[in-house]
Amino acid sequence: MKFRNFILVLFFYLLIFSNSYSIEPDVFVQSTVNRASNILSKNISKEDKINELKVIAKETVDITGVGFYSLGSVRKNLDENQKIKYSELFESYFLKSFSSRLAEYTNPEIEVYGKEVLNKNYTIVNSLLVGTSDRPEVKIDWRIYTKNPGSPLIRDLIIEGLSLARTQKEEFSSILNSNDGDINALFKTLEEFTNK
Amino acid sequence: MFKKLLLITAIYFFSVFSANAGSDGELILKKNQPTEVKDCFENLNRATFAFNQALDGILFQPVANAYKVLPSSIKTGVSNSLDNLTTLVTIPNNILQGEIKKAGINSGRFVINTTVGILGFIDVAQHLGFPEYEKEDYGQSLATMGVGPGCYLVLPVLGPSTVRDATASVASFVGGDAWYNVTVANDTQHFSDFDYYASRVTSGIDFRAKNYDAIENLEKNSIDFYASVKSLYLQDRQQKILNTNKIIETQDDSDWDEIETQ
Repeated sequence: MKFRNFILVLFFYLLIFSNSYSIEPDVFVQSTVNRASNILSKNISKEDKINELKVIAKETVDITGVGFYSLGSVRKNLDENQKIKYSELFESYFLKSFSSRLAEYTNPEIEVYGKEVLNKNYTIVNSLLVGTSDRPEVKIDWRIYTKNPGSPLIRDLIIEGLSLARTQKEEFSSILNSNDGDINALFKTLEEFTNK
Repeated sequence: MFKKLLLITAIYFFSVFSANAGSDGELILKKNQPTEVKDCFENLNRATFAFNQALDGILFQPVANAYKVLPSSIKTGVSNSLDNLTTLVTIPNNILQGEIKKAGINSGRFVINTTVGILGFIDVAQHLGFPEYEKEDYGQSLATMGVGPGCYLVLPVLGPSTVRDATASVASFVGGDAWYNVTVANDTQHFSDFDYYASRVTSGIDFRAKNYDAIENLEKNSIDFYASVKSLYLQDRQQKILNTNKIIETQDDSDWDEIETQ
């Protein structure tokens, strides 16, 4: 009897526990953009902003996943050492590219207004970058990876219907194609970008 | 003459209907996938792209930078006027794509904006509740008829295109663009060649100014700027051809499915 009660309590506990740790993708996106917006509106140097944005990106973006997606089918031909090296290089490249792109904006206002569940792994969250006198309103959709609902992650930004991940993938593919598929050429390009 | 016209009409309808019979949304989507478009003239394209970038640095970028500081009401007005002129290409393409209702709406939009909206400067139609304006061109019409994009092409000054789109744009110069007809093609008393070319150049500057920061940002953060522009252009074309605002219709999920990190 005691054991049955214990199992029952444990079951309810797990049920409540798992629900309480499930984060809705739209809430996750709004909270992420609010955090980024706070940093961008702070009166600190651009370098400090970039460093703080990198922290947010590490927590909220599936950098490893985006990296392997960007590599396309070439990822299947890499050995373990090459995969590790690529992941490290990609993370440095991504954080630099991502944070310096964002740091150009001052106090961006993004409103999340909808979401569409594609399947258990993906939800598209719809948002709008509010227009100003300098720039028009911009529609931004977010591909959120929800396999672990307690820890959703951003995998792509789709700006006015144009996917940044897909663009990056085609950029990488172009570099690989013009170097006979040599992965070291891509490693070198990523290194050069990160160090410039 | 009448026989010739009849023949052209017959060939046109035959090509439209036969292409429609064999083409549906999925096929059009597949044909226009950016990854499916071959870069057959890559070396030449890259050289033209470099030329265009140099031209941009000398001409479009500085002019767009100056244009940006104009009051937003002026910029919006100019943009509206240019959009209004494009309606003259959109309307025949609405008809070619079988969108008769849209052709009617866009004709109404053109008449209202040109008259009440003072040569299109004010988008009165939008205030009256007309649906959002979607530009159409002859390249999009060919695509909806099932014609594939062919190879990717970078045109001097005009920028990214495809063999299909570049070929289709010739239609504008052989009677398919009423604005071209009344300015360049025919000697009317009201307009001159200058009006047409000025509108085209202003359109380029308007586009550059609207996307000023995005283009600068993209160039600075790209490891292959040419490939980025190509990808963005082809994605944009695919979306315009499908006339869809639904993101999932143009996104290819297959490669994402294999990536497991959680």
